[in-house]
Amino acid sequence: MELKNASAGTFESGDILIRIDPAEKKGLEIELESSVADQFGVQIKKVISETLEGLGICDAKVKAIDKGALDCTIRARVTAAAVRASGKDVWK
Amino acid sequence: MTNEQLIREAAAKLGKKVYQGPGQKIPTFRRDLQKESCKVVSLEEAIRKSGLKDGMTISFHHHFRGGDKIVNMVVDKIAEMGIKGLTLAASSLSDVHAPLVGHIKNGVISKITTSGVRGELAEQISRGLMDEPVIFRSHGTRGAAVASGELHIDVAFLGAPSCDPLGNACGYSRSENAKSICGSLGYALPDARYADKVVILTDDLVPYPNTPNSISEHDVDYVVVVDSVGDSSKISSGAIRDSKNPRDILLARLAAKAIINSGYFKDGFSIQTGTGGAALAAVKFIRESMIEKGIKASYALGGITAHMVKLHEEGLIERLIDVQSFDKVAAESVKNDPAHKEVASYEYASGMEPGSAVHYLDIVILSALEVDVNFNANVLVGSDGIIRGAIGGHPDTAADSALSIVVCPLLRGRIPCIVDHVTTLITPGASVDVVITEYGTVVNPRRPEIAERLKAAGMKLVDMQYLRDCARKIIGEPAPIPFGDKVVGVVLGRDGSVQDVIRNVLK
Amino acid sequence: MMFIPGNNPGMMQDAYIYGPDSIMLDLEDSVTMAEKDAARLLVYNALKTVDYGNIERVVRINPLSTPYGKKDVEAVVKAGVDVIRMPKTETADEVRELEAEILKVEEEIGCVGRTQIMAAIESALGIVNAYQIASASSRMMGIALGAEDYTANLKTMRSNEGIELQLARETIVVAARAAGISCFDTVFSNLEDMEIFRKEVEFIKTLGFDGKSIINPRQIDVVNEVFTPTEKEIAKAQTIIAAIKEARQRGSGVISVNGKMVDRPVVIRAERIIALAVAAGVIPEEDAL
Repeated sequence: MELKNASAGTFESGDILIRIDPAEKKGLEIELESSVADQFGVQIKKVISETLEGLGICDAKVKAIDKGALDCTIRARVTAAAVRASGKDVWK
Repeated sequence: MTNEQLIREAAAKLGKKVYQGPGQKIPTFRRDLQKESCKVVSLEEAIRKSGLKDGMTISFHHHFRGGDKIVNMVVDKIAEMGIKGLTLAASSLSDVHAPLVGHIKNGVISKITTSGVRGELAEQISRGLMDEPVIFRSHGTRGAAVASGELHIDVAFLGAPSCDPLGNACGYSRSENAKSICGSLGYALPDARYADKVVILTDDLVPYPNTPNSISEHDVDYVVVVDSVGDSSKISSGAIRDSKNPRDILLARLAAKAIINSGYFKDGFSIQTGTGGAALAAVKFIRESMIEKGIKASYALGGITAHMVKLHEEGLIERLIDVQSFDKVAAESVKNDPAHKEVASYEYASGMEPGSAVHYLDIVILSALEVDVNFNANVLVGSDGIIRGAIGGHPDTAADSALSIVVCPLLRGRIPCIVDHVTTLITPGASVDVVITEYGTVVNPRRPEIAERLKAAGMKLVDMQYLRDCARKIIGEPAPIPFGDKVVGVVLGRDGSVQDVIRNVLK
Repeated sequence: MMFIPGNNPGMMQDAYIYGPDSIMLDLEDSVTMAEKDAARLLVYNALKTVDYGNIERVVRINPLSTPYGKKDVEAVVKAGVDVIRMPKTETADEVRELEAEILKVEEEIGCVGRTQIMAAIESALGIVNAYQIASASSRMMGIALGAEDYTANLKTMRSNEGIELQLARETIVVAARAAGISCFDTVFSNLEDMEIFRKEVEFIKTLGFDGKSIINPRQIDVVNEVFTPTEKEIAKAQTIIAAIKEARQRGSGVISVNGKMVDRPVVIRAERIIALAVAAGVIPEEDAL
């Protein structure tokens, strides 16, 4: 899938900023900055990769700046960024 | 025999000298003589004359909280003078004390004992900056330790908004040159009384006598005049700001409801509120009930705020007992109102004395970083393992009050506040009676009569496991913190025993 | 009904702790055009994941005439929303158009009839067509007034007394009752003046409104207090209901309380008070009729 760079989200508390750039190598490269990196870093990266893979995106460079977002918010922001990056919407 | 012979004999028998007569009279007008007081010196001279040497213990109070200027100023000067290996016994430390990191690295400060640390300094300590662990005590425990000599202070450096040339000092100033105000000097008083040498730093040197005074000239060795001892505007911020946050208001209302229906809301009750927006705001919401039911409180203890001063001035609270003024209104009240008394930390909360104020405390409302399923509370270490708070009077008030209520949100962002095990044990569960969150209230099974009353009042009572599960359901399962094996902090209990340790956090 | 902007994850996650009767997640005026797509996804994910308990979940979508409307409908119906609030409703045809869109998505996922509609009337034409709008669909559960756009449309301004809203408010109550549905009043945005807010809530309650839109948890208590029947009102209503039960047992068609005859309107009012009291939790559910 052709990706251009796109982002979604804000720096507000409870939100996460997701920035997607075209992949430099195969697979998903996720860089995470979070105040709860120790407790939830693994979980956050899991949600990001599962959401992207569910949308058919298996190769991309992702930067995430998290301010304590819950999984449902992470899914929403990753999807929004992915839609903006790929031009392919999830709705009809 | 002559009198002179008898006098000589008596002196010899008693091992005393014979009287030689009074010294020379000093005719100088005393207002002018004060200016030559031998106690008034520069900071450098004070440090030198106090005999401060490597390895000694120095102490400070934290009445200016985030606006403190004394600690950094004094430690900078001590470092300049080449003194090393000191133990820093500050009653508490905050973000503004980050420069201490450099002094620790340079060996000026080797050990710290305090009630709390925050910011960059706390983060570095958590990552293993110091060779020796920081010793943490509650305010009452520190007061008791200073009084008993267990915590021996060589030189105390105490900032005071006014002081006369002989050392009579206050937490406020009555002169027109007043630059700062902090109100109660409760944490400075034990140091002033028991430290070997006491240096008062003031930004308003006033003529003798600066009475009524908090610290007595009798206890003071040197007085240093500085530009500013602290920024008063920074006192009421951070943990003690007046909150407008709807969650804090919700929790405060629930706390008020619990108090009113607890069985302790009777004429003559006593109350204290700890730091944290919700805890402080609860006082506002019991006011109406007090007026409606004609109930007066005998005293409010703390941590005194403008809300409490207002209730006192309205006649709803008879006396105010103050170890620390949380805002300017409270500070001014200490200055002007004899019914508003300043107390030393050992009179406030020592577990070792039969008579400290907390023993007669009916109700205390506290916050917490974490509470676990056994009601243990943590107010010192974040759930990421980094030190970020202070013990304060938490375990003292919880243990000695008739009813302790902890208010905390279920979650702070993605961090759970109701957990299986607290990261660090600060206040044992047996002292915590009620825990209030937005998702429900839990009463310690040790207090079934309180549960009855709150249930009858229509409060939603749940158990700890339910709250812990609610939190888990929303945020998911946190992974364990990567702790190392180095002990960076030791938490002492009220009796001086070792209650818990804080480990270092690996990157 | 508490308004929450649809692009604020922090607020969407925990607004329910304040206990509003319903929450309205907004995709329309509080979300900028550049963020409509992202907000739609936030609302979709929030509705699917967050446990709102007994709180009714409403989403205000963008009008179908915009590029966002249809996708909004698809997203929120798939997420299982309780009520879709349609903004700026002017004709019954618009309602039917939305209904058709909703049905399309419901058929796709196999839950036909699940979603209800609330129409916000925000213009003069909408007020003129109020009854037609209110009775345009069996899914219509209520109509509401959107005062900001309405007053702009009238070419006037909002005032503290609200005289410019008089006709609109009365029309909406009448239309709603004629169609057998609920009616809701507009937001009050001055958070500092709780006294004026309370007066407004008391006023619209007297007019006959079922509820009010709010924008901050602080306003919840006031609305609940005003709408919750007083002890006196409840006691009186209970007396009337008891008299009815007793009359029925006697086989008599005449009901009298304290020597006065009680007609049907009085009975209906008493029943409504009991229903409100149960809903507010001041009397136990067993006492409901």
